[in-house]
Amino acid sequence: MIKGRITRVAGPVVQAEGLGGAGLYDVVEVGNTRLVGEIIRTDDKGATIQVYEENTGMRPGEPAVSLGMPLSVTLGPGLLGKIYDGMQRPLEMLKKSSGSFIQSGVKGDSLDLDLKWPTKLTIKVGDKIGPGVLIAEVQETQLTVHRVLVPPTTKVGVVTKVLPDGDYDLRTPIVFTDQGEELGLMHHWPVRLPRPTNKRLPPTEPLMTGLRVIDILFPISKGGTSAVPGAFGTGKTMTQHAIAKYCDADIIVYVGCGERGNEMTEVLTEFPHLVDPRTGRSIMERTILIANTSNMPVAAREVSIYTGITLAEYYRDMGYDVAVMADSTSRWAEALRELSGRLEEMPAEEGFPAYLPTRLAEFYERGGRVETLSGKAGSVSIIGAVSPPGGDFSEPVTQHTKRFIRCFWGLDKDLAYARHYPAISWIDSYSEYVDDLHEWWDKVDPGWSDIRGRTMELLKKEQRLEQIVRLIGPDALPDDQRLILISAELIKNGFLQQNSFDDIDKYCTPQKQMLLLQAIMQFHAKADDAVRAGVPLAKIVALPIRERLTRIKSEVPNEKLEEIRQAIREVNSQFEELQRRKAGEEAR
Amino acid sequence: MKGLEHTGLVHAEGPIVMAKRTEPVGYGELVAVFGRDGGRRIGRVVETSDDAVAVQLFAANTGLTLDETRVEYLGKPLELRVGTDMLGRVFDGLGRPADGYPDILTSEFRDVNGAPINPAARVYPKDFIQTGISAIDGMNTLIRGQKLPLFSGNGLPHNRLAAQIVRQARILGGGEKGASPSLNASSAGEEPFAIVFAAMGIKYDVARYFQDSFEKSGVLSRVVMFFSLADSPSIERLVTPKSALTAAEFLAYEKNMHVLVVLTDMTNYCEALREVSASRGEVPSRKGYPGYLYSDLAALYERAGKIEGSTGSITQIPILSMPNDDVTNPIPDLTGYITEGQISIDRELSQKGVYPPIAVLPSLSRLMKDGIGEGMTRDDHKDVSSQLFACYARVKSIRNLAAIIGEEELSTLDKQYLRFGERFEAEFLAQGEDENRSIGETLDIGWKLLAILPREELIRVSRKFIDKYLPGASEHEAAKASAQSAVQGAH
Repeated sequence: MIKGRITRVAGPVVQAEGLGGAGLYDVVEVGNTRLVGEIIRTDDKGATIQVYEENTGMRPGEPAVSLGMPLSVTLGPGLLGKIYDGMQRPLEMLKKSSGSFIQSGVKGDSLDLDLKWPTKLTIKVGDKIGPGVLIAEVQETQLTVHRVLVPPTTKVGVVTKVLPDGDYDLRTPIVFTDQGEELGLMHHWPVRLPRPTNKRLPPTEPLMTGLRVIDILFPISKGGTSAVPGAFGTGKTMTQHAIAKYCDADIIVYVGCGERGNEMTEVLTEFPHLVDPRTGRSIMERTILIANTSNMPVAAREVSIYTGITLAEYYRDMGYDVAVMADSTSRWAEALRELSGRLEEMPAEEGFPAYLPTRLAEFYERGGRVETLSGKAGSVSIIGAVSPPGGDFSEPVTQHTKRFIRCFWGLDKDLAYARHYPAISWIDSYSEYVDDLHEWWDKVDPGWSDIRGRTMELLKKEQRLEQIVRLIGPDALPDDQRLILISAELIKNGFLQQNSFDDIDKYCTPQKQMLLLQAIMQFHAKADDAVRAGVPLAKIVALPIRERLTRIKSEVPNEKLEEIRQAIREVNSQFEELQRRKAGEEAR
Repeated sequence: MKGLEHTGLVHAEGPIVMAKRTEPVGYGELVAVFGRDGGRRIGRVVETSDDAVAVQLFAANTGLTLDETRVEYLGKPLELRVGTDMLGRVFDGLGRPADGYPDILTSEFRDVNGAPINPAARVYPKDFIQTGISAIDGMNTLIRGQKLPLFSGNGLPHNRLAAQIVRQARILGGGEKGASPSLNASSAGEEPFAIVFAAMGIKYDVARYFQDSFEKSGVLSRVVMFFSLADSPSIERLVTPKSALTAAEFLAYEKNMHVLVVLTDMTNYCEALREVSASRGEVPSRKGYPGYLYSDLAALYERAGKIEGSTGSITQIPILSMPNDDVTNPIPDLTGYITEGQISIDRELSQKGVYPPIAVLPSLSRLMKDGIGEGMTRDDHKDVSSQLFACYARVKSIRNLAAIIGEEELSTLDKQYLRFGERFEAEFLAQGEDENRSIGETLDIGWKLLAILPREELIRVSRKFIDKYLPGASEHEAAKASAQSAVQGAH
């Protein structure tokens, strides 16, 4: 503990003298109310401290005490299902202790230190243990086994004493080594430091989201990174919520960074009642929320992203697949800009600091599929929302983000205006994971890459034709080209558009996704044959199966795949009938 | 440091003055500055260090001298006197009476900066507010506890629309006990409500218009007004919405009232912010606005909602005029990212003579999805609004096409869509300034218009609602059935 003295206060940036011995990014308790801060610059004149809480009333002369360690999170059983602010303060507990409003200087333990967890020890005296070795298991929720591993910074040693299986609280050491290490269920980790792993693994397994436009057209891998940029109202948060609800990750960390308070409340009220379609348990049991809403202090917003990703890495180290939703990374970048401005740093593009791309790269690189220290495979997937000013994707945050992600789901304003959700544009979006995922899909459904290619081609063709249609109208096109417009319309309405509030449509299994698309593409193929054979387009459009295909997504549940196969047969038979009738007419 | 006084400044420029420090002064605290004329100006400490204090004044700085100016540090943040006596009163931006009557009698003070609501303590808003305006109720529903701004431009009727919303807003008797009308009705047994009106930099006539409108609908005694009109110092506008929201928070969370807050015009607020930022020499971001504009606006807009432990609520309707009707301007842009949707007012519709000229496509209500449907409005509400959006979006693209190739060249279906579009604007969007439609009426108009289109086009509404609500649907079925039986009979 090094004690200093405040010399200057300008908003959340505070200067103090006498902290010469404190390191960069060390935590400082600032002022008489002991607000949390971090040293972000230090020189011979003193230290510059970024304060994470509202500091109105703070005066020069008040103390500033360095705790001699960087800002860290508490890791241990009990994280799941919780809601924290950007500094991992437990919001439910703060509500009980200080009411509905967050007052400056309130403190609370991130985890309940007195709660006893039924613990099963997995090692014995004489075992040699080092970082990543499993020492105990705790059933954290019905679904999740919390694997207590030796923290990464622990010295390798031989176990000299182990407590028996039983109920232990987080502070009790349960394993002792000859190196003097005493290990319990809990440890701390600095948020800005990535947790170490053995090596990186290729991202060859998809993160299934249940959203058709993503899973089939623009898939993301487990351990992949993706950006969702969009102007306001295009559904960034809705897309993130939908993925958080139904994707097949084991753990979800949802970071509400500088966004609306009510959105976090929505998650808090809705998630406990939603059932995971794979496990049958409430999805809140696998979710951790970090809420640093737009009106909460901006410095804590900057750190909330790191808090979230550190928690994700912690569960990854146990061998789980974790998905991080960062909503929104633009607000985080703006927090950087705001703090940079207060430090009077030289701005680069649009006032953002020159180190913005570096910080973005560091953040996204913390995602990935890895072999953990314990030897298991685990992954952190990052899905970051981007809020470009005016919906203009050429602004710095979107542009720099694009350099460090491999999956881009661009949201389209016109689609959103027509309430076509998810408004993921099939023109702007891309996924570089398509090639990585071939092998996986070949095992599940070898037709994937072929049908994906044909669908994309059709949509691209439609877009080119649309430009002509805008000038001359659809009637001037030949029938085979008009058919492309009709089939593309069918893909949009019957496949791409997905209603996340419809009980059947909200979550779509990979099997249903494939069959649904096959049915539609079968329609297109058959219709194309028919047009070439001279069947008038009006007759094709009038086929009852066409309307049926737009409704299958919300009328046929995931488990009744036979009905979709039936629809494919109907496509065939209705077209055969059409061809037969035509042949009959010609014969006459 | 209450009452600490000091004479002399070292620097004065724009709204910022610097004084030499004698005793430690707290950041953000209130300062009274007296010029040689003896006039009292209120300011706020924006920077404090061992040797100097920077103060941002909320009043004109004319006539301040370096030698004679007296600075008094009040040792507390800017506070507002609060009490239910505020109702029916008019204050200036700093919360001082502006109607010629004395200060309200109270010992209760609240820091105007407020504190952020703990997200875990919020109650998710889902009570439908019926505004009686089809474009809002049917397609961009307002929810109690929502912040829903009006995006407008100069010369558009946003004030008339805001006044109409305030006049007509009602809570439908859903699950809530007892009364149906409540937000703003004169019947007995209602839930307590209040209106907080903050005028920032608008003209006297506009403020007068609202005042008259409140008076006409008999609610003036339930209104708290904060006036910082166009002739007040622009700096005062920085505090006006904070004062208003502090009053609203007191009424809603401590007195359990349902408070509707109208903030007009947010553009003037942001410009005052830019002015101060520029005079402090801060690094600007877009269009000269400071980098913290988002956080600053969020600190205002997020003071809406409902919290646990109180039955009250704050619903915000900020009005902002977009410079040059440009929605990508930082003010509407950042606002849209914070608020729960927006109501866009459209110049083209207005010129066509449509009132209210609400452009439904770029408008949005994010809280709508949980506040409508069976038990809240009507079972078919979600489907109908989604279908109307899809069809009207189609109309827009067909109109573009028609402008190029001419209407005669369009297909029959496209012509049907155009007819739908015309009638949608004339019958659904347009309504009288005193016309108060129930949600049932609004949805029925929607169905009547959808009936113009062939049934195969209505893919966003489920079949059961088509059978139940589409005019002529049952006859259609009956006709088909009788035709079938006729065929069978013939066999």
